[in-house]
Amino acid sequence: MKILNCPLNGPRNISEFVYGGEVVMHPDPHTTSNAEWADFVFMENNTAGVVREWWYHAPTAYWIIAERNTVTDEFIRTYPANEVFNERVAFPAPPASDDDGGTS
Amino acid sequence: MKPGRLAAPAGARIDRNQTVEFSFDGKRYSGFAGDTIASALLANGVSILSRSFKYHRPRGVLTAAGQDSNTLVQIDDETNVLADRRAIEPGMAVTAQNVFGSLESDHANWIGHFSRFMPVGFYYKAFFRPKALWPFWEKVIRRLAGLGVVNQEADHGYYDKQYLFADVAVVGGGPAGMAAALEAAADGAEVVLMDENRVLGGSLNYARLDAAGERAETLRAELVAKVEAEANIRVLTSATCNGWFSDNWLPIIQGNRMYKLRATAMVVASGSFEQAMVFRNNDLPGVIMGSAAQRLIYQYGVKPGNRAVVVAANGDGYGVALDLLDAGVEVACVVDPRADAPGCERHHAVIERGVPVIRETTVAEVMAAPGNKGVVGARIAKVTGEGETTVTTDRFTCDLVCVSVGYHPAANLICHARGRMAYDNRQATFAIAELPAHMFAAGSVAGVYEANGAAASGRHAGWAAARDAGHDGGTEPPAAGDDGSSPNFPWPIFPHQDGKDFVDFDEDLVVVDLLNAIAEGYDNIELLKRFSTVGMGPSQGRHSSLPSVRIAAKATGKTMDQTGTTTSRPPFTAETFGHLAGRSFEPVRHTAMHWRHEEQGARMMVAGQWIRPEYYGDPANREANIKAEVMAVRENVGIIDVSTLGGIEVHGPDAAEFLNRMYTFAYLKQPVHRARYVLMTDQSGVITDDGVACRFHKNHFYVTATTGGVGAVYQEMLFHNAQWRLDVCVINSTASYAGINIAGPKARNVLARVSDDIDLSAEAFPYMGVRTGHIAGIPARLLRVGFVGELGYEVHVPASHGEALWDALMEAGKPEGIRPFGIEAQRLLRLEKGHIIINQDTDGLTHPHEADMAWAIARKKPYFVGMRSIAIQKDRGIERKLVGFTIVETNDTTTRAPEPKDCHLVIRDGTITGRVTSVGYSHVLGKIIGIGYVAPDQAEVGTRFKIKIEQGRLIEAEVTAMPFYDPYGKRQEM
Repeated sequence: MKILNCPLNGPRNISEFVYGGEVVMHPDPHTTSNAEWADFVFMENNTAGVVREWWYHAPTAYWIIAERNTVTDEFIRTYPANEVFNERVAFPAPPASDDDGGTS
Repeated sequence: MKPGRLAAPAGARIDRNQTVEFSFDGKRYSGFAGDTIASALLANGVSILSRSFKYHRPRGVLTAAGQDSNTLVQIDDETNVLADRRAIEPGMAVTAQNVFGSLESDHANWIGHFSRFMPVGFYYKAFFRPKALWPFWEKVIRRLAGLGVVNQEADHGYYDKQYLFADVAVVGGGPAGMAAALEAAADGAEVVLMDENRVLGGSLNYARLDAAGERAETLRAELVAKVEAEANIRVLTSATCNGWFSDNWLPIIQGNRMYKLRATAMVVASGSFEQAMVFRNNDLPGVIMGSAAQRLIYQYGVKPGNRAVVVAANGDGYGVALDLLDAGVEVACVVDPRADAPGCERHHAVIERGVPVIRETTVAEVMAAPGNKGVVGARIAKVTGEGETTVTTDRFTCDLVCVSVGYHPAANLICHARGRMAYDNRQATFAIAELPAHMFAAGSVAGVYEANGAAASGRHAGWAAARDAGHDGGTEPPAAGDDGSSPNFPWPIFPHQDGKDFVDFDEDLVVVDLLNAIAEGYDNIELLKRFSTVGMGPSQGRHSSLPSVRIAAKATGKTMDQTGTTTSRPPFTAETFGHLAGRSFEPVRHTAMHWRHEEQGARMMVAGQWIRPEYYGDPANREANIKAEVMAVRENVGIIDVSTLGGIEVHGPDAAEFLNRMYTFAYLKQPVHRARYVLMTDQSGVITDDGVACRFHKNHFYVTATTGGVGAVYQEMLFHNAQWRLDVCVINSTASYAGINIAGPKARNVLARVSDDIDLSAEAFPYMGVRTGHIAGIPARLLRVGFVGELGYEVHVPASHGEALWDALMEAGKPEGIRPFGIEAQRLLRLEKGHIIINQDTDGLTHPHEADMAWAIARKKPYFVGMRSIAIQKDRGIERKLVGFTIVETNDTTTRAPEPKDCHLVIRDGTITGRVTSVGYSHVLGKIIGIGYVAPDQAEVGTRFKIKIEQGRLIEAEVTAMPFYDPYGKRQEM
């Protein structure tokens, strides 16, 4: 079993972690095309090489980012998510619509 | 003493003072404590242990080390026990496997006579077409080719697991492994040293390193004493390291325990497998490895035969001849197939003792006793080339042929770790070309065969491993020198025109089988393995791998490296499911009121990780009990333990904004002390959870989640906020709270008796209100929500007070006859209200528009998880819709209409348009009601559709508006 070095908890068995997929940037939900949105939701790049991935240390409920070489299955570096996501994300208001109320 | 037994000091493992009685195939035998089944039987003159897999040929001891499958026997319900490894125990009943009739006279040995009609790939070719006949042939073949009889009624034995940690793990307790462990320990590393044998020493337990036969034992005693005196070394014997997994995670099987050892660095000193030689009748009982003869003599005091021919292509073979002579075995001759054999001390000693040594000569054929039950002689021939001999042969009478022609590194663990092996032409063996990180090798697995050299290589590897593990204390010991010699004869394969020149004893494959497979195009080593099955038997190619690579390389004109070896994967040896299962822990969670439920006669059921009451009372009256619980809630008052519901605290200035993004509804303007429904979708728009959000403060929400969903909900919340960086603190407080839902028209009366400081009046505490205060002196959160559709309050208290709250409510409700109710009643009550259960009424594709829950989606929000996908799905239109239905009564009023079950299909014109997700008989309404998916054009209230129930019957259902019961919610809001 592999060992993953958690920036909060130190080296732990990988069975304590949940894989969270590649780190991808969220497209603008209002302006992106349907195809691009579907790509964001359903597709993985499946890169052969070093990839930034989300991993969740379940016992301590802590999400981290790991850089892993998918060819050799080696972890190169792990760090807290705020190294990449370091400011409050605000979503723009949706374009004005002429419907009448709060629910569809 | 039996004639087969030798006097001490032979037989170091056995205790001649302790006789052990056992039986083999119904006959009684006696051996000594410490004997293996095989050694005890050999001492009794029993040399046939099994019949071969395909031709049912007699087979006996080959390695005497548990490395081959010739010795597989059955003990009671335990199949495939290695008779040359398992010690005898008093009363042990051993039986032979794969035998028809008896081991001595197997009715199926006729198959051997038809071997030329059973070419390689025979089974694939002969029986797979026509397909219809395969089931018949399969039975026949399985009966002929079985290994042991499985008792399907056998109990699960006791197995367990233990975790171990080491700076340095050393696999193999021979001279290299012991030296490695000593050096690493001396450098300050904590070491675990393991060996699959009962005692440390490896080859020093049986090898003859010098003419006098003293050096091995001297070296062994010295190393073992040092290991035993070293506090930093933990020794595991009879312990097999059965594989390598990432980052040196090692499963070690010892008895009924599996250790999981995590080692920072490891030394593989696993030694090598002595290799068989290919010639006609090389599989007969009596043709054994040289090391097997020595093991039998040194360890068990068993005389392996009376008159022997020894094939020696290395110094060890001459040591074997000397050991045989010392054991009183007459050695007819030693044949040495090498052209340019360097003389050695042991070689000269053999000559001095008058044994003819014949150079450039091999055993070409062994003469079989009647029934192939043993050896009566050996024909020898001059070696004229690679695999070629002269035709003229001499014949020697003998009952034993010992073969010492080379070794194959036991590099399995190195290969599991993706180390690379390459063929070394000078040493005529596969050698380690590349070791993975944090792994070191020493001894014969690393090509260092001579004992002193092996120990030196061990010291170096131990030093390097300790250093790798951060113990940088010692000075670097000298690496092992290379004396330039090799014990491996490069071509120990002498095919015979009449066959029976076995390459793979497990699978009964001879040279021509492999040549034919290659000729048919299976010339890649991995294809050759799968088509011919070479190396696929229980011994996993320990002896067949090297010759099959040699044969394939020669036949295809490729080099050994171009041919390569097949991939080695864990497990190294067979392991039982018991070892993998261990003690079968299945942890469950109990609520704070668990024992009260049991005391009150609850039937418990598994709900996710939890154990919850299904209903209360006698299972014989299940339906009546559930009905009584339902009626108590509808007409009186009931309580249910809802502690398993998820609870998540969201604190902080961004709390409402956070819920706005996580859930479909709107929360910014939600008043304090009010609850609001929450519906969660994932990024693809699929419904994943629901609950209520209770706002106790502008900056504090208490959000409920489903029993099974809360873990994933919490994980998702943290995942998104790891990116959004909103100013909130999110805590999963599920286990901190116990919860009880008290529901029914009289709920307020009961609760009022124990409410210390909360005004329960309808005006002060309306439907969907939330309050904090004290119930029976216990600090509590009250949620006035209506899952079951009656006046009701969820009371959430610190888990440690759960039982006290339960008792207080049961006591307070006595005048009304309060009744606890379980999950079954709750399911029916919520069905009457048309409330869906996530993952029962929804599946992995259900989006809100399908579930008719568009009302729960706030349109004006900038964003929520799943928003864009839901919008796309809405534009595309739905393909199914979740609706309520009632079963249309037939004209026959004497019997209740048949009840469909969950997952019964909705059928229209022979095609499936939907399925039932929830169904039950409503006592209040007097009819069968349900929820299910139908086609969108069937979703209008009043539409009739057909459900296919058991036995293919179609019954009629009618789409009905939900809620079925109390459609305007008057009862829950009173």
